[in-house]
Amino acid sequence: MSETGIIEIRGLHKTYRVGRVDVPALRGVDLTVGRGEFLSIVGPSGSGKSTLFHIIGGLTPPTSGEVRVDGQDLSALSDAGRTLMRKRTVGFVFQKFNLLPNLTARDNIAVARHIAGLDHKPAREFDEVLNLLGIAHRLDHKPAALSGGEQQRVAIARAIVKHPAILLADEPTGNLDTENSRAVLEVLRDLNQRLGQTILMITHNPEAAEYGHSTVHMRDGRIVERR
Amino acid sequence: MRSLLSILLIGVPVTLILCLVGLSRGFIEDSQRRARGVGADILIRPKGSSMLSLGYSMPAALVDYFRQQSHVQIATGVLNATVEGVTLGASGVDPKAFAEMSGGFVFRSGGMFQGPDDVIIDDYYADQKKYRPGDKIKMLNHEWRVSGIMESGKLSHIVVPLATMQEVKGESGKVSQIYLKLDNPANTKAVIDALNHDPKLGGDYPIYPMEEYTSLLSVNNIPGLKPFTYVIVGIGVVIGFAVVCLSMYMAVLQRTREIGILKSLGASKPFILRIILTEALMLGAGGTILGILMSYGAYWLIRTLVPASFPMIIVHEWWPIAGAITLVATGLGALYPGFSAAAHDPIEALAYE
Repeated sequence: MSETGIIEIRGLHKTYRVGRVDVPALRGVDLTVGRGEFLSIVGPSGSGKSTLFHIIGGLTPPTSGEVRVDGQDLSALSDAGRTLMRKRTVGFVFQKFNLLPNLTARDNIAVARHIAGLDHKPAREFDEVLNLLGIAHRLDHKPAALSGGEQQRVAIARAIVKHPAILLADEPTGNLDTENSRAVLEVLRDLNQRLGQTILMITHNPEAAEYGHSTVHMRDGRIVERR
Repeated sequence: MRSLLSILLIGVPVTLILCLVGLSRGFIEDSQRRARGVGADILIRPKGSSMLSLGYSMPAALVDYFRQQSHVQIATGVLNATVEGVTLGASGVDPKAFAEMSGGFVFRSGGMFQGPDDVIIDDYYADQKKYRPGDKIKMLNHEWRVSGIMESGKLSHIVVPLATMQEVKGESGKVSQIYLKLDNPANTKAVIDALNHDPKLGGDYPIYPMEEYTSLLSVNNIPGLKPFTYVIVGIGVVIGFAVVCLSMYMAVLQRTREIGILKSLGASKPFILRIILTEALMLGAGGTILGILMSYGAYWLIRTLVPASFPMIIVHEWWPIAGAITLVATGLGALYPGFSAAAHDPIEALAYE
């Protein structure tokens, strides 16, 4: 396997056990993602997008195959090793925002830094990122007081505050209206262009997928096309 | 709301423990204070009795015999009766001899017996029963007239004439204990040695120096009190454990998604466990503080309603003990929910609605 990509996947299989039945979710995925790339992953429900996302993010181990993320072989990592990888290497953005409801936006961001073992207060340059995200004036509000778009931008800030090698976004505009979707996608593109942030984005929306440098199409647990 | 309820439920056994300790200590300190208030140097109990046993008596004629012994200045006999269980008793005294020995009762209102059916009560009992001088009261199947209300701290909460007490109890010519006051307290040991070797007494009467008697009034010497305290402490631990276990288990269920979020951010199992334990310990600390506050409430209530029957005190040195017991119980109670939370699969937790 070449060492050119920040993500390199070869022959990846993932099978879930549901009761007594084996359900294959990924059936041999090969994928390379370069450092600084913005890759969109599209496909119908059940095509294996989320499973791929979970494996790359270290939320679940692969059944077989080789998965290297920022030089780490995920198939060789223990549960604790994958936890460490989530702490340092990847940042998640979810469709449902997944902010901690009892904390302010500022504290949601601080928790991510705390878990990553960094100072509670981000570096001064992070203020620029907050301005870029347009949430600098909303940091002392709890999620319930923020709009969906604002919540998602706080989630993006939380994901990147620890400077992850890869930002994984799972349907980041799935719960947003058109205007907010566009704003969030613009933010992701800005982060990619200005900071060189590597981004993998799962989406159902072909227009959203256009924001990526390239798009991978999945079906039945396989990558069927890359454009 | 869940947390407040948990704190309240954790606080209840803390209050229970502190009240039990406060009551037992208060009862002992009250007994010691009243025993010292007699002003005697030596206490003689009936044959076969122990320090705290009730229902024993000895001939009142012994009082005169003891009075004739060398170094004995005053001797007086007292006949005791229980009024409300073991916590409240009355004593029959020879007013003249007892006043000489103790320096006399200090009256808040009214005065000494005017007749055989008169009773004097201390301010605690008067407050508890709302009695005033001149009131008629029914006690020991006999009607009495309150002749005076005395300052608490001498012998008993309720004092009646010895002869009437003997008649009421059907123990004419008997006393429960005899107090001796010596010419010099330094002679206490010599007098006790002499009495113990007196062939007329046969060495059968338990004789205590008053200092030793009061020091023997302790939690350790009251039968069953220490095991009872342990049982209450055990109940406290079990309640604290169960409350925290249920409360934190509910919290873990309610926060499954949040646990998934933390895990997606890279939170390790020990990190999640630490959060749950920290919250449980905070509940425990809150419960301890509330329990202490509630013990003051119980103290006020007991001192207002039954100050003579239950002379409760606040025992500050038991605060850290009750706190430690509670924290251990809450810490143990949080372990299962904590491990359960730490073991959550992050994907399933994130999908939890």
